[in-house]
Amino acid sequence: MKRIFAREDYCLGCRLCEINCLVKHSRSKKIVKAFRRERDTAAPVVQVEESGRVSFALQCRHCDDAPCIEACIAGAMCRDPKTNAVLCDEDRCVGCWSCIMVCPAGAVLRGKTRKVASKCDLCAGEDAPVCVEGCPNEALTYEER
Amino acid sequence: MERDPERCIQCQVCVRQCANDVHEYDASDDLVSSESSRCVGCHRCATLCPTGAISIREAELDFRPNANWTASAIRSIYKQAEGGGMLLTGMGNDRPYASYWDRMVLNASQVTNPSIDPLREPMELVTYLGRKPDKVEFEGRNGKPSLTTELAPQIELQVPVMFSAMSYGSISLNASIALARAAQAAGTFANTGEGGLHRDIYPYAGNMIVQVASGRFGVDADYLNRAAAVEIKIGQGAKPGIGGHLPGEKVDAAVSQTRMIPEGTDALSPAPHHDIYSIEDLRQLIFAIKEATVYAKPVFVKIAAVHNVAAIASGCVRAGADVVAIDGFRGGTGAAPTMIRDHVGIPIELALAAVDDRLREEGIRNRASLVAAGGFRSSADVVKAIALGADAVYIGTAALVAMGCHLCQKCYTGKCNWGIATQDPILTKRLNPDVAARRLTNLLRGWSHEIKEMLGGMGINAVESLRGNREHLRAVGIAANELEVLGVKPAGVGA
Repeated sequence: MKRIFAREDYCLGCRLCEINCLVKHSRSKKIVKAFRRERDTAAPVVQVEESGRVSFALQCRHCDDAPCIEACIAGAMCRDPKTNAVLCDEDRCVGCWSCIMVCPAGAVLRGKTRKVASKCDLCAGEDAPVCVEGCPNEALTYEER
Repeated sequence: MERDPERCIQCQVCVRQCANDVHEYDASDDLVSSESSRCVGCHRCATLCPTGAISIREAELDFRPNANWTASAIRSIYKQAEGGGMLLTGMGNDRPYASYWDRMVLNASQVTNPSIDPLREPMELVTYLGRKPDKVEFEGRNGKPSLTTELAPQIELQVPVMFSAMSYGSISLNASIALARAAQAAGTFANTGEGGLHRDIYPYAGNMIVQVASGRFGVDADYLNRAAAVEIKIGQGAKPGIGGHLPGEKVDAAVSQTRMIPEGTDALSPAPHHDIYSIEDLRQLIFAIKEATVYAKPVFVKIAAVHNVAAIASGCVRAGADVVAIDGFRGGTGAAPTMIRDHVGIPIELALAAVDDRLREEGIRNRASLVAAGGFRSSADVVKAIALGADAVYIGTAALVAMGCHLCQKCYTGKCNWGIATQDPILTKRLNPDVAARRLTNLLRGWSHEIKEMLGGMGINAVESLRGNREHLRAVGIAANELEVLGVKPAGVGA
């Protein structure tokens, strides 16, 4: 399956990926409105990790043997049969945070308003995730490897 | 720097991107604010701002209007009165001198001669640089002709545009790699400048011209032999008669290894080559290089366009140069004294015409190819230069702009926000060589298409047929005495 890969050599640390991700997962999908009025609900599911000179964007790795699916007590974490992406069914999630505890990448986040796990959905329905599309230096790629 | 508060979402992309500390985020107020006085006008923040909230405008004139004492003249004096130093700048001459390219127009076919559609018919842009024989001799063998004249080494360009000398050190390694990679992809050449040949560029060495300049940085037999051609740099259009100075803080481990100088030391290129005080001395160096490269590579000599350029170029050809590169006064630089950049040297248009004429008059034009450089902005400039007598052109600034440069002219500060003219590892990684190489290759592809269209319009199917063909140029608004130098007729005058 296609996955998102970070190239830390070219990551600027500008965090445009976070901004685009937030807008994509906001209600209005409009950048100014999302930041002004929807900050309480909208949050990015990609996070730029930074230490000194090194920075890179981190989001769910969509692992082949995803520990979060194993650990999920509610059956909310599941694999999309078509795309193989690991997705969280927020209606089923009970917010036990087992997935957060087992995620080796620290890529599952707590939902901002609801007590549910929030994670990268590879921008389902898009040709490429918005974090990849919007990266000004192509420090994120979306490819089969 | 102006920020539209209606659009700004306090996302702080601008804060993270500015190397000049213009933008600041106050967490307690959740507000990004800006200090415009530090802004150099590089547009990095405006380009990356996701909401288009930032615009950069020229600061309002804060002095009483005065045509003679302009704000920049007054500010320069304040600056020098304070520090007592020379004024420094980067990029090419930005003074409003007349551009002769903009006052020359090209010809096209109508009725009596057919134009050619390059999408349907073959169109040749391949250009060979190097010494051409005085005549070619054949002999018949088994009923087939075979060439008996021994040809001098040539380099083959798929498009008559090369990337001019920009050293690793003055520009980042990522920028150097992008130029080399694009040169290889487009079938043309990039020039190392006086920065040596970094190991990461070895795979592209077949498309590199290596420079031997007055500091001789990075030069050894391996360097000369890896390259496609060798260029002796006598002068540079942005600063004729001036040497170079790469400050020690830019000489990190990799630059030091590539230039073969101690880490952290200033790389000082003397103004002249101290072993070249005459054409005869130049000849010695040219042939020393030819010996070192077993006469297998063309040797370029690059000179700045100065008043006596025609005679100097003739001397260079007679000294054995296979290619003479002439850099006009709009040529760029990583750093030059402002007064030199803006007031020394002559326009490339006049220099090129004068050199081409002189070499033709002396019957030695075939002995060397001519490369014109200095401020080429478009494929139309390239076509006009070829019609004036150039074999090919060098582009430097245009290539940097393709990689993202916004001509803020602060290359000499080492704080290039675009990751081009800097060695700061946080800034250099902003230039992804994959992206930059693709953009450079696209630029050359676009220019090739345009050059072909312009040639086709003139009814010419090979760039060779345009070279020095000044009948295809006409002048609009150039003084008569300058037209004489250019060898171009005014518009309205027929063949």
